[in-house]
Amino acid sequence: MESLAGTLTFAQSAMPDAFQPTTLAHYLFVSAAMFIIGLIGFLARRNLIIMFLCTELMFQAAGLALIAFSRYYLEHTGQTFVVFVLTVAAAEAALALALVVLLFRTRDSLDADLWDEMKG
Amino acid sequence: MLTPIAELGVARALGALSVSAPEAASGYAPPVVDMAGPWWIGLIPFLPMLGLLLATACAIGGVKSKLPAWLTVGCLAASFAATVLAFFQLNGLPGGGAQVTVWWEWFGLAWGEGEGQRLSANFGFYMDNLTCLWMLFVTGLATMIALYASEYMSHDVGLGYCRFFAAFNLFVFSMSCLVMGDNLLLLFLGWEGVGLCSYLLIGYFYQKPAAVAAAKKAFIVNRIGDLGLVLGVLLTFVHFGTIEYAELFGSDKLVGYLAAIEAGNVDEVPLIAQMIPVLLMIGAFGKSAQLPLYVWLPDAMEGPTPVSALIHAATMVTAGVYLIARMFPVFLLSEWALPVVAWVGALTALLAATIGMAQFDIKRIMAYSTVSQLGYMFCGLAALTSVGGAFHVLTHAFFKATLFLACGAVMHGFAGQLDLRKLSGLSKVPGWRIVSIAMLVGCLNLAGFPFTAGYFSKDMILAESFITPGMAPIGWILLLTAGLTAYYTFRVFFRVFVGPVHYEPGDEHHGDDHGDDDHAHDGHGDGGFHPHAPGWAINLVLAVLAAASIAAAGLYFLGDKGGWVAGMIKDSTAYYPGFAAFTAEAVAHGGEEHAAHGTFLGMDPHKVMYYVSAVVGFVGIGIAAFLHGPKGLGGLLLGGRRRADVSRADGVAAKMGPIPAMAQGKWFVDEFYQFVVVGPLRFFALVFSLIDRLLVDGLVAMFGWLPRWIGGALRPSQSGVLHGYAVGMAGGVVVLLVILALMVFREPADPDADRRDAELIEFESSRVLDRGGPEWTTDADPVEAGAGADLAAQAAVEPPVMGSGS
Repeated sequence: MESLAGTLTFAQSAMPDAFQPTTLAHYLFVSAAMFIIGLIGFLARRNLIIMFLCTELMFQAAGLALIAFSRYYLEHTGQTFVVFVLTVAAAEAALALALVVLLFRTRDSLDADLWDEMKG
Repeated sequence: MLTPIAELGVARALGALSVSAPEAASGYAPPVVDMAGPWWIGLIPFLPMLGLLLATACAIGGVKSKLPAWLTVGCLAASFAATVLAFFQLNGLPGGGAQVTVWWEWFGLAWGEGEGQRLSANFGFYMDNLTCLWMLFVTGLATMIALYASEYMSHDVGLGYCRFFAAFNLFVFSMSCLVMGDNLLLLFLGWEGVGLCSYLLIGYFYQKPAAVAAAKKAFIVNRIGDLGLVLGVLLTFVHFGTIEYAELFGSDKLVGYLAAIEAGNVDEVPLIAQMIPVLLMIGAFGKSAQLPLYVWLPDAMEGPTPVSALIHAATMVTAGVYLIARMFPVFLLSEWALPVVAWVGALTALLAATIGMAQFDIKRIMAYSTVSQLGYMFCGLAALTSVGGAFHVLTHAFFKATLFLACGAVMHGFAGQLDLRKLSGLSKVPGWRIVSIAMLVGCLNLAGFPFTAGYFSKDMILAESFITPGMAPIGWILLLTAGLTAYYTFRVFFRVFVGPVHYEPGDEHHGDDHGDDDHAHDGHGDGGFHPHAPGWAINLVLAVLAAASIAAAGLYFLGDKGGWVAGMIKDSTAYYPGFAAFTAEAVAHGGEEHAAHGTFLGMDPHKVMYYVSAVVGFVGIGIAAFLHGPKGLGGLLLGGRRRADVSRADGVAAKMGPIPAMAQGKWFVDEFYQFVVVGPLRFFALVFSLIDRLLVDGLVAMFGWLPRWIGGALRPSQSGVLHGYAVGMAGGVVVLLVILALMVFREPADPDADRRDAELIEFESSRVLDRGGPEWTTDADPVEAGAGADLAAQAAVEPPVMGSGS
């Protein structure tokens, strides 16, 4: 935390405010914001499609953080990994949407709380 | 080849206890053993084994006829024939000799070359005169009783019949192994085998709770004695290094000990060797129903009567006597073993006789009489007259089998009726003449009527008891018991077989051969109930056995003084003339046997005992006739009984207070054992079973229940609702983050953290003060502060500016 804060103040102090470059911290902030929004959305909403989209949001937040770090350390591993993640996410999105359609057809509703057959 | 013992064989007999000094000096000589006995000796035990297999085959084949009985009689008769053959063949051997026939090697273990490091026990047979004597009456009586049982058990033809004869054959096989085995292990096998057969046959009527309880009681009480036997056998092996008779009787140790005792140095025998007879004795007391282990035998009468006759009167219960006779040289090793045997035998004889006097069940009376007579046999052995003991075993086997079989015929014919108050005058009922005569013969023998076999054998024991120093009290007890025996024996005879004819059927009324179905069960008088007279098999066997009982008296006059049995015993290891005066007293007298020679009121017991015991017997019979005899000649003109259920004895008993009731209640020994032994054992069994069920089983069950309880407790957390899981997961992540924050960012593991924190604060505050303003930049040289090195180093690296690289 302190080191990150140090970086930020260094960058801020080195240039005039209007020309401050976007630093790692900005990216991480956006990523964290996306993740929190996705998480809150997932917890708060009951619509299956919305919940699914929220998970996608969290997914992409993680991807963004990965790319940011990758650029920061000038390493390509992170970016490569994100390409894979996107591919898998695309496949998973197709699968999940198909499931959602199937679930909708059985109950005529998108309410996630209607499915509790796995109750212990 | 003649051993010294054969030369001395005639030295000691009834009326001639004049053991001269040189004879006494050479008392013990090991038997001459011929290790190559004829192979067919082994047929004696294995023919009954064949009978067992045949009876089993009959059971499997579902035979519904008397076939198993005839097969059994055939096998046993062949076995008896082989025994007779063995007897004549053995007669050619020098006295004191023995033959060993080994059929196969059974145990041959060796764990070293030294002495006592080899355990060998063969399935071999040791045949000497003692063995032969026992086997003659075992196989002979077994044959006769099997013939009797063929009729007696006829109402059970079918599976039960096969089962009975299978167990019967197994018994004879086991008994043969017990008697003929050439080592103590084979004896033990037979010992347990007869115990098993006894259990199986007592519990033959397994649907009757009393029979099952009696079988269990017999088995368990015998186990107590068997423990002693096992320990005795083990100790024999440990001390003498062998359990084979041929080696044991010839071992230097045993010969040495006996020579030392003869010389008066009893102290030379180590305690461990003295323990052997004491332990073996316990086994003998269990099997031969002596105090304190006699309680199983009277209950064993729940078995079929042929079983009572063969196993619980004639043969198996004499196994204890046989054990002592067989191991007689070993029994001489302890000063205490034989006196204890004598006292136990005498007290058992008296106690059982007093109980027998008060019983009403005639089979029970015979059972107590057996216990009592076994006591006599033990006294006979202990008075160093193994001749008397063995002779009494032989005569008792015949007359007691006769008595039991006669009682059995009554029981069979009167639908299980055994109460002497409900039977009277049977000799006048048509078809019961032979049974009555056989009963009379048996009773005369048991009562010691002059010139019967029982008279001579009992006499021998009585006389020897008075002669043996220190045993006079035992002689008096036995004399008293002889009177009581005569009384209770003839009590049965006068009540049941003479007097007014009256009978009531028992409760085991089964359809008989007469074909009339209108038998009344009213149980009063003889109207409607037709007694079932015995058939040819029972009559034949009774006639033969009664004749044999009479003829046994003739054995007394055969051969040298003391009779044929004396000749047999004197040629075996069970008899040593040199130990005639082996008692503590005799040793104290410095070997002057004559000084210690006991007397009967100053007279020579051998001469006077004939008359004394005859008089005692007459008195007993007279009292029985007075109290129980009917009016007229049937009661010898003394009696006055007019009814079956009332006699003068009732009036006498009424005047004796609680004593008759206590005797009828068997002196409450069973209740005493129940309270002292069985009750506490049951209590401990309950405690242990509770511990087992609650603690042991509880622990095991707990490991089954624990996951179930945990699962049940955690189950509500699985709500099945997606949001529940999501919240749980998010909460978990938060918790993990908090933990991470606490663990990582506090850096508690670094011991210098506090110091460095303090220095950093000091450094920064100094910079703020120096610059005089809040804005602090990185142009300060971090090295000058030293302590803030890592923070400064991190800050010094110029960060890459995102987005400006390309």
